[in-house]
Order: sequence, then C-alpha cells, then structure tokens
Amino acid sequence: MSTSTTLEAPNTGTWDGGNEPLKASYGKLMMWFFLLSDAFTFGAFLIVYGLSRHSNLAYTGKAEDFTFSTEWWPIPEKVFNAFPGLHGMDLPLAFVALMTMILILSSVTMVLAVEAGHRMDKNDVQKWLLWTILFGATFLGCQAWEWSHFIAGDGVGLQLADGTTIMGANLTMNQYGPPLFADLFFFITGFHGTHVFTGWIMLVMIFINTVNGVYHKRGHYEMVEKVGLYWHFVDLVWVFVFTFFYLI
Amino acid sequence: MATHHEQDFNTTTEVPKPQTKAIWRTFIILVALTAVEFIFAFTMEASTVRNSIFIILTIFKAFYIVGEFMHLKHESKVLIWSILLPMALVTWLMVALIAEGSYYFESITNYFK
Repeated sequence: MSTSTTLEAPNTGTWDGGNEPLKASYGKLMMWFFLLSDAFTFGAFLIVYGLSRHSNLAYTGKAEDFTFSTEWWPIPEKVFNAFPGLHGMDLPLAFVALMTMILILSSVTMVLAVEAGHRMDKNDVQKWLLWTILFGATFLGCQAWEWSHFIAGDGVGLQLADGTTIMGANLTMNQYGPPLFADLFFFITGFHGTHVFTGWIMLVMIFINTVNGVYHKRGHYEMVEKVGLYWHFVDLVWVFVFTFFYLI
Repeated sequence: MATHHEQDFNTTTEVPKPQTKAIWRTFIILVALTAVEFIFAFTMEASTVRNSIFIILTIFKAFYIVGEFMHLKHESKVLIWSILLPMALVTWLMVALIAEGSYYFESITNYFK
C-alpha cells in the first residue's frame, strides 16, 4: 500500500468524491476562491487610493501650468512621463503603455499554452510557456526601472519654502505630492509586482514539469490551467491599477 | 509506475490542430480598448465624464479577461455568481469610502469657516 494520495482509479460515486458541485475540479475551484480573496486585497488598496485622493486637495489649475507640491495630489501623467534611454523627454504614460502591452501579450501566450494543453500538444505548451516566462520577466524588469526612477527622482526635485529640496521619493516624503501618494505607489505596484514575481516562479516550475513530461504522463495539463488562472488575474489587476493609478 | 514504458510523444500520438481564432480576437479587443483609453487621456480635459469613460472601458476589459481568458463565461452559473456577487460588495465599499474621503476633505477645509 503506497502512501501516495494518487488514486488508482477515479471515484465515481456521488458521495465519495465523484461529484463536482460546480462542474469544476477541486483545484480550479480553490484557485478561483483564492483569487477572489486576492481581489479583496487589491480592491482594498485601490479603494484606499481613492479615499486618500479625495481627502487631499486636487489640483485645479491648467494642466500645462502644473507643478509638483506637497499641498495637492499630483496629475499622474506628469509624474510618469519618463522612458528608459530617453532622458529629459516628456513622454506621458508611454512606458506604462509599453508595460500594459507586455502584460496583455503574456496573458495571450498563457491562454495559448492552456489551449495547447487541452490538445495534449507538449511542444506547443513548452513554446507558449516560454513566451509567457519571457514577457513576465520583461515586465518585472520594466517595474524595476520604474521604481528606481521614481525613488531617485527627476529634474531639480521639489524646492520647499525653508530652502530644502526633496529629491525622489521614500515612505515619509516625495517630490511629487503628499506623502501618501508615494506610499500608495509603493504598496500597490509593489504588491502587484510581488504577484507577478510569484506567478513567474510558478510558470518556471510548470515549464520544467512540462519539459520533463510530468503532465503528459498524468494525462492532462490542468496544472497549466490553474497557474494560467493566477497569471490572468495578475493581468486583470494591472488593468485596474493602470486605470485608477495612471489614467484617472 | 516503474514499469511504464517511456513513449516518444512526438510520433506516437496525433495532435489536433490549434483553435486560436477566439484567443487572438480577444487580444485585439483588449488592445483596441486600451488604445481608446489613451486617445481619451490625451485629447480630453480631465473631468468626471472622462473618468467615467475610463472606468466603463476598464470594466469591458475586465469582462474579456475574466470571461474569455479565465473562461468564467463558460463555467456553471453557480460559480459565476459566487465570484461576481462578492465583487459587487467591493464596488459598494468603493462608492462608500470615496464619498467618505470627499466628506473628510470638506470637513477639514471648512472647519474654521
């Protein structure tokens, strides 16, 4: 008698595990419910962002006259207007657009990997997983650049009335606006980045398993589907972060 | 399964052709919606109307990602509702707390008036 939990034959009785109440496997169902709890977490973050923004003075002047101040909430496209290698140019949201495209593309290659899994096409699953891993790593690299640029600061910084200058950003002060602005940037994009990173680790794991034929021997590629759910969720969260943090 | 014979995957089984048309269609829709968001971001002054447009387009994008990529559209009705209903409560939390933020700002601004 082996101690392994793998069944010799699947249970078929209504009351011994042969019944799937929601017509989805146990693993997929639990991934859905985990993602729902994760949606609460990100929802809370973004709601706090809205709350903080409404609790602070909004900039009411002309957009072209806008200057950074700790008095009012900044206009996001004035903050995120840099692009790697194009120093000193005003390119509002261009880099964020690129990051969005990369993540949507990685979502597409993930679906293609799942689709290949349904067809039991090992080579295609490998190919598309590799693309997804590549796009995921690229996105993480983009985020690293964005963070370092945000932290280091841009231009001459923010001149305060007492003659001191704030350069860049940390958790207590930043050159872009009220302290909460940078805090929420770090927390929201940081939490999202952590999800991308953990998802990327899982992608590498299932890629190795696929190459070793683990899923092919098992007879199905459901694990690719479950990691896929997680990966699409990361893309979904980015769509909301993109809107509420960068556009509005 | 130690006695299981290693088979050559590439030659023994016939693999069906990919069905990827719907996937690429969804991708095109997502890219188009994102492009429209950018057009509004650069051609329209910031306002409540513009923010509403952004949020509506975002909901459409979320619908396609969750419905098609995550396959929720094709799951059982009970599963769809058990995901959507809790999210409706989150939406309510958002409305409530943003109103609360506005009220807080009003209070501290007009405290000594």
